[in-house]
Amino acid sequence: MTVDILTPDAKLFSGEATYVGLPGSDGSMGILDHHAPLVTTLKAGQVVVRSQEGEQSFEVKGGSVEVLNNTVTVLAE
Amino acid sequence: MAGGLQEVRDRISSVQNTMQITSAMKMVSAAKLRRAQDAITQMRPYAVKLQGILSNVSASLEQGEGTYSEEREAKRILVVAITSNRGLCGAFNNNIVKEATKAVKEAAESGQIVEVLPLGKKALDAANRLGWSVAEGFGDAPTSLFDNLDFAHASEVANTVMDGFASGHYDKVVLAYNQFKNAAVQLPTNEAFLPMLPEVSEAEGDAGGEYIFEPNKQEIVERLLPNALRVQLYKALLDSHAAEHGARMTAMHQATDNGGEILRDLRITYNKARQASITTEILEIVAGSEALDG
Repeated sequence: MTVDILTPDAKLFSGEATYVGLPGSDGSMGILDHHAPLVTTLKAGQVVVRSQEGEQSFEVKGGSVEVLNNTVTVLAE
Repeated sequence: MAGGLQEVRDRISSVQNTMQITSAMKMVSAAKLRRAQDAITQMRPYAVKLQGILSNVSASLEQGEGTYSEEREAKRILVVAITSNRGLCGAFNNNIVKEATKAVKEAAESGQIVEVLPLGKKALDAANRLGWSVAEGFGDAPTSLFDNLDFAHASEVANTVMDGFASGHYDKVVLAYNQFKNAAVQLPTNEAFLPMLPEVSEAEGDAGGEYIFEPNKQEIVERLLPNALRVQLYKALLDSHAAEHGARMTAMHQATDNGGEILRDLRITYNKARQASITTEILEIVAGSEALDG
């Protein structure tokens, strides 16, 4: 699936991934390939992106996430 | 005559120096403009996506009276005037001061209390000069915001404004800033900030019915709206920043052109004076040698 992590100042990540871990405001959640459409909000924590090349994590202070058509868009703050 | 020549020569070199400065400033502004435009381009996907999610979520939601969309009788108004820290950019700052003056005057005439939040040194100067009541609680944001313009700093200002609205200190907030059209054109804009107008939702990748909402729509909207407001203010700031450099570039280009014109005139004057003095000298020599021969 495609993952984009955006902040108002820059694009932190853009590319293919197999797993995304999110600090959801009601608890952590993981998103795998072909997840159903989802909108959620984030609390402060780590966004983890796992891909073939390895694992990357990004610090966020909050934000929101949209999952649609196998694309995960993280709007981080 | 020689004195006149020297004077013109001095002026020529002074105009040349000024032209060097103005054309250097033009180059600097062009480089800064590119960076400012990049920042806008970086921010755009974020803003578009956020708006997309927001309209998707709120389209199917009963428009409740949110904290930031409550329309009250406007008794206390906050005008956020966004200018630059530096001058030499044509009518850029003046246009915003004019917009703000208009807003202040209109509000005063209808008996409303107006406060102004100047962002940028030029707006602060104008506020002091024109005796506007400056909004308090923003620290040194009026002067320091543009030194290091990023989302975090813009958010602080936006949060303070939003708190002021939520607590009823302001009933209405408007932004006055220069919208960036292109490098040569700035549009002085007067934009409503709070209360938030209900979005006219456009059918955009409409999958609203199928989404899973976590935790629920109401909470998501409540979290997203403040963020959308912060983004709106940040966008205005970035626009103004890019417009400032565009305006300065145009102003400096014109200054360089004008300098060239003055230089041409001065050179003609200089050459005329030089020729006149040579002619006089020749006449004197001829007259002198004739006197000797005679």
